[in-house]
Amino acid sequence: MSSVASVHSLWTVAAGAPGKIPAPHIEYTELSPTLIVLGAAVIGILIEALVPRRNRYYSQLLLSLVALAAAFAAVIGLAAGGFGSSKAHIAAMGAIAVDGPALFLQGTILLVSLIAVFTFAERRLDPAAHGNRVDSFAAQPAAVPGGPAEQAAVKAGFTTTEVFPILLFAVGGMLIFPAANDLLTLFIALEVFSLPLYILCALARRQRLLSQEAAVKYFLLGAFSSAFLLFGVALLYGYAGTVGYAGIAQVVSDGAKQIDPALAGTMGNDALLLIGAALVLMGLLFKVGAVPFHMWTPDVYQGAPTPVTGFMAAATKVAAFGALLRLLYVVLPGMRWDWRPVMWGVAIITMLGGAIVAITQTDIKRLLAYSSIAHAGFILAGVIATSEDGVSSVLFYLGAYSFVTLGAFAVVTLVRDAGGEATTLSKWAGLGRRSPLVAAVFAVFLLAFAGIPLTSGFAGKFAVFKAAAQSGAGWLVVVGVLSSAIAAFFYIRVIVLMFFNEPKADGPTVAVPSPLTTTAIAIGVTATLVLGLAPQYFLDLAGHAGVFVR
Amino acid sequence: MENLIALLVAAPLVGAALLLCGGKRLDRTGHLIGTLFSVASFALGAALFADMLGKGAGDRTLHQQLFTWIPVGGFRADVAFQLDQLSMTFVLLITGVGSLIHIYSIGYMAHDERRRRFFGYLNLFLAAMLLLVLADNYLLLYAGWEGVGLASYLLIGFWQHKPSAATAAKKAFLVNRVGDMGLSIAIMLMFTTFGTFAFAPVFAATDRTGQGTLTALGLLLLLAACGKSAQVPLQSWLGDAMEGPTPVSALIHAATMVTAGVYLITRSGAIFNAAPTAQLAVVVVGAVTLLFGAIVGCAKDDIKKALAGSTMSQIGYMILAAGLGPIGYAFAIMHLVTHGFFKAGLFLGAGSVMHGMNDEVDMRRYGGLRKYMPVTFVTFGLGYLAIIGFPGLSGFFSKDKIIEAAFARGGTEGWILGGAALLGAAITAFYMTRVMLMTFFGEKRWDPAEVHPHESPKVMTIPMIVLAIGSVFAGGLFSINEVFVKWLEPVTSFAHGHSPVSATTVTAATMVVLVIGVGIAWGMYGRRPVPALAPRGSLLTRAARRDLLQDDFNHVVFVRGGEQVTGTLVQLDRSLVDGAVTGTAASMGGLSGLLRQLQTGFVRSYAVQMLGGAAVLVAATLLMRGV
Repeated sequence: MSSVASVHSLWTVAAGAPGKIPAPHIEYTELSPTLIVLGAAVIGILIEALVPRRNRYYSQLLLSLVALAAAFAAVIGLAAGGFGSSKAHIAAMGAIAVDGPALFLQGTILLVSLIAVFTFAERRLDPAAHGNRVDSFAAQPAAVPGGPAEQAAVKAGFTTTEVFPILLFAVGGMLIFPAANDLLTLFIALEVFSLPLYILCALARRQRLLSQEAAVKYFLLGAFSSAFLLFGVALLYGYAGTVGYAGIAQVVSDGAKQIDPALAGTMGNDALLLIGAALVLMGLLFKVGAVPFHMWTPDVYQGAPTPVTGFMAAATKVAAFGALLRLLYVVLPGMRWDWRPVMWGVAIITMLGGAIVAITQTDIKRLLAYSSIAHAGFILAGVIATSEDGVSSVLFYLGAYSFVTLGAFAVVTLVRDAGGEATTLSKWAGLGRRSPLVAAVFAVFLLAFAGIPLTSGFAGKFAVFKAAAQSGAGWLVVVGVLSSAIAAFFYIRVIVLMFFNEPKADGPTVAVPSPLTTTAIAIGVTATLVLGLAPQYFLDLAGHAGVFVR
Repeated sequence: MENLIALLVAAPLVGAALLLCGGKRLDRTGHLIGTLFSVASFALGAALFADMLGKGAGDRTLHQQLFTWIPVGGFRADVAFQLDQLSMTFVLLITGVGSLIHIYSIGYMAHDERRRRFFGYLNLFLAAMLLLVLADNYLLLYAGWEGVGLASYLLIGFWQHKPSAATAAKKAFLVNRVGDMGLSIAIMLMFTTFGTFAFAPVFAATDRTGQGTLTALGLLLLLAACGKSAQVPLQSWLGDAMEGPTPVSALIHAATMVTAGVYLITRSGAIFNAAPTAQLAVVVVGAVTLLFGAIVGCAKDDIKKALAGSTMSQIGYMILAAGLGPIGYAFAIMHLVTHGFFKAGLFLGAGSVMHGMNDEVDMRRYGGLRKYMPVTFVTFGLGYLAIIGFPGLSGFFSKDKIIEAAFARGGTEGWILGGAALLGAAITAFYMTRVMLMTFFGEKRWDPAEVHPHESPKVMTIPMIVLAIGSVFAGGLFSINEVFVKWLEPVTSFAHGHSPVSATTVTAATMVVLVIGVGIAWGMYGRRPVPALAPRGSLLTRAARRDLLQDDFNHVVFVRGGEQVTGTLVQLDRSLVDGAVTGTAASMGGLSGLLRQLQTGFVRSYAVQMLGGAAVLVAATLLMRGV
C-alpha cells in the first residue's frame, strides 16, 4: 500500500484532516466567488419582481456582468493570495476544496460565463417585433407556442430577462461542482446547475417546439443520470461510511479502520466500491457527453437557443471535467487499476464515435455537438493519464476549448435567413464570398477544433496526448490522432463549403450584430490565436494549478 | 589586413542590392554604380595581393572569422574566409576580368532597357563567385556555389522574352542541380565522417579515413565539378547557355564560373590525393571532355557555340591536370588563368563582331571582316594564337605543361592521356583556325545593303585590348623561373613529373600537331570559298552539330525514362494510395451513417442505451477487479 500512497502524493498535498475543525466555520473569503454569483442571482430574481419591465434588461445585464467580473476578481485575488498552492485547503467543514485546479476552473467558468452574458444580451440579430428589440429568448415561455397568449406577449414587447438570474444560478452550481469535496455537495451542485440549464434550453424564441422538446429530453435523461449518480453515492457511503472525498480515499487505499456499527455489513465491501464508483463516474460522463451517455448532446445542442448552447457546451464541460478530475485523482486513485482500463475504453469510443458520426451531419449545431463529443474523448485521454501533467494539460485544454466553442456558436447566431438562424449546412455554401470576415473567423475556430498548429486547439491536443503517452497509453494517443484525422475531415469540409462553393441564390445573410456579440467573437478569436501562438505562459499557469488538495 | 577579406565579397553584394532594389531612379547611373563596385573589389584585391607578396611564402594564408552562422549542438557552421595563394589567384582573375567585362558591357548593353538589372546580376555573380573561392569551409562554399548558379540562371535567361533563352536558363539550372546534389551529399558525408566541413580539419583527417569514404567523397565532388564546369556527362547546358548576352558568356561561361569545378578539385586536393580511384575518374572525365568539346567546336557555325565547345574542351584540359595530382594542380590553375584571359578576349571579340553585324551569330554569314574591324581582328587574332598554343603566347606555356604532365602520369595511362591531350591540341588548332578564317578572311558572305560592319566603341575595345595583352604575356610571365608554380606550391603542393618523353619532344610534337591542325583548316576553309549554307557533312559532322547527340541521349534515357517512372508512380498513387484514402473515407461515411441510426430522437431509446452503457460500465469495472 505504500506505493499507492506515494503515487497518491504525486498530485495531492495533504491538508489538515477535516474532522479536526472544532466548530462550524465558514470561510467566506475563500468561498466568495460562489457567494457573489449566487447572491447576484437572488438579487436578479428580486429585480424581476420589483423593477419596472422597461428597466429590467439593463439592470439585469449590468448586475450579471458586475457579479461575474467581481467573482472573477475574487478568484484572481485568492490565487494571488496563495490559495491555489501553498495555502490550498478544505473549506466549509470539508465540503469545498480551495486549491489550484478549483480556482483555475472557477476562473475559466467565470470568464466563459461573462462572454456568454454578452451573447445572451444580444438584441440586434432578430428583426424587431412590433418595434421592440428582441433577443434569442421567447417573449413569454409559459405561453403555448403559436397560441394567442404568445402573440399578445410578442405584441406587448415582453422579453424573458429572467435568463440572466437563471444563468447566474447555473454558474453558481458550476463553480461549486469542480470544488466539491464530498459526494453530497457534488450531487447538490450538479442539480443546482442542471435545473437552470433545463429551463434555459426551453426558452428559444423561434422553433419553440424543438426547443421545448430538447429541454424535456435533457431533463428526463439528466434526471435519469442523476439517479444513477445518487445511487452510486449511496453505495460509496455504504462502502466507506463517509461521503467525504478524503475519507473514502483513505478506506480505498488503507481499508476500513473503524467499522461503523450501523454499516458493519457493508463497509469495506469491494463490490460496493466498484459499482458505486462506476455509477458516480457514469453520472459525470453523462455531463461531459461521453459515449455511450452522449445521446442528449446533439438533440439538446440543436434545440436550445444558440447562446445557451454555446454557454452549455463551454461551461458545463469545464465544470463536469473538473469534478471528474477531482473524483479520479482525490477519491479513487487507490483503485486506478480498476477504472483506468474502463476509462480507456470510454475515451476511445468517445473519440471515434464523436468523430465518425459527425461526418454525416447536415446541421451545423449538430455537427458542433458531435465535435464536442469527440473533444470530450480527447480530454478524457488527458484525464486518464493520472499524472500532474495530465491535470495541467486537461486544465489548459478546457480553457482553450471553451473559448473556441463559445466563439463558434456566437458565429452561428449571425448566419440567418427568414426562418431565423440558418443552421442547415448546405445553406452555408459560399459564405466566404459574401462575408469573408465572418467566414474567416469561423474558419479559425474550425481549424482550432481540428487542432491545426498555431491555434489553441493544437497546443491543447498536444498537451493531453503528451500526458497520455507519458502515462504509458501510447495506443490511446494513436487512436486519438486517428480520430483527429477523421474529425479534420468534417471541419475542413465546412471551410471548403464556405470558401470554395458557389453561394446559393436564396442563401442566408450575415446579420450585423451589436458590439456585444462582436466582443464575444473577438475575445474567442483572440484567445484562440494567443493560446495557439504563445501557449507556454498559460501551460505554465495550468501547470502551477495542477495539484489537488486532499 | 585579414579584416578586409569580407569587404571583397561585400562590395559587389552592396552593388547588387543597390541596383536590384534601387528601382527606376538608378536606371541612368546603374551601369556606372555596378562597374564602380566591381573595380573597388578589384582594387581591394590588388591591395591584399601586394600585402601578401610582402610576406614569406609560409605565412601568406589569412583567416577572417565573421560570425557563426548556425550553431546547433555539435553542428557548427561558420561564416569564415580563407585567403591564400589559390584564392588570391581567383580573386584577381574574377575581379580583374569581371571589371573589364563590366566596362565592356557599358557599351554592349547601352541600348538595353533593363541595363540596370543586368549590372545588378553581374554584381551578384561577382559576390557569389568571390564567396565561393574565399570560403574556408564547404558549407559556405556551397552557398557561393548556389549563388553563382542563380546568377548564371538569371543572366542566361536575361532576354527572357525569347523562349529559347528562358528554356536555356532552365536547362542550365536543372543540369546544374544534378551536380549540386553531388556537392550537397558530399558535404553531408563529410559532416558525418569528420564532424566538420571546414577545409583545414577535413584535409588533416584524410589519412585517418577509409578508402571507401574518400573515394565516395571524391566522386561526389567530381559530380559537382562536372555540373558546374560542363564536363561529360553533365555538359549539355553550356552550348545553350550562349543564349545569354555575350559579356555573360565571356565572364561566367568562359572565364570564371565554369572553372569553379577546377577550383573545387584543386582545393580538395588532399581528398583526391588520398583516393586514387576518384583521381582516375577525374582524369578520364577531363580527357573525354577535352576531345568531346573540341569535336563539337569543329562543327558549329554559330560563333558563340563554337567558342562554347572550345571552353568545354579547355576546361577538360584543366580537369585532366587537376586529376593528375600534385604534378598537375599548379598547371591546371595556370591554364585556368591564361584561359581566362584569352577566352574572355575571344568572347568579347565575338560580341564585338555581333555588335557590328546586327547580332548575327552564323559564321557562314561573316567573312572578310578584318578590314572593317581592325581592333577586333587584332585582339581576336592574338587570343586565337594564344589558345592554339602559338609559341611564346600564354596558351603555349600552360597547355604544353599539361600535356607534359599527362605523359608524366606514366605507364599506359600516361600514353593514352598524353595522346588524347595532343590530339585535342590538333583539333583545337583546327577549329579555332576555322573560326578565324570564316569570320575575318575570305570573301564577304553578307549583304552590304543590310549590314554595315563597323568597329565597336572604345569602351568595348579597350577591355579587349587589355585582355589581348594578358593573352600574349601572362603565360610567359608565369613561367619565368616557374614563378607561378612556386607561388601556388604552399597550397596545392607541387611535384615535378617524370615524363617518359622529354620536354623538348613534347613541345616539338605539339608544334607538329599545331601545324597539322592549322593546315587542314586552311585547306578546307582558307583555300576554298566557304558555302553560305552549311553542306550536309559527314555522319560525324552531323552528330557534332547536334552536340554529339547529347540532348538526344538525355531525352531518350532521362526524359523518357523519367516520364515512364512518373507515369507508373501516378498510376500507383491513383490506384493504391488514392484508393486506400477514398476507401477509408467511404467506409467511415458508411459507418457514420450506420451509427447515426442509433440517434432516433426518442428519449426512451436514449434512456435504454444509457442503461445499457451503465451496465457495461459497472460490469467492466467489476471484471477488471476479477482479472
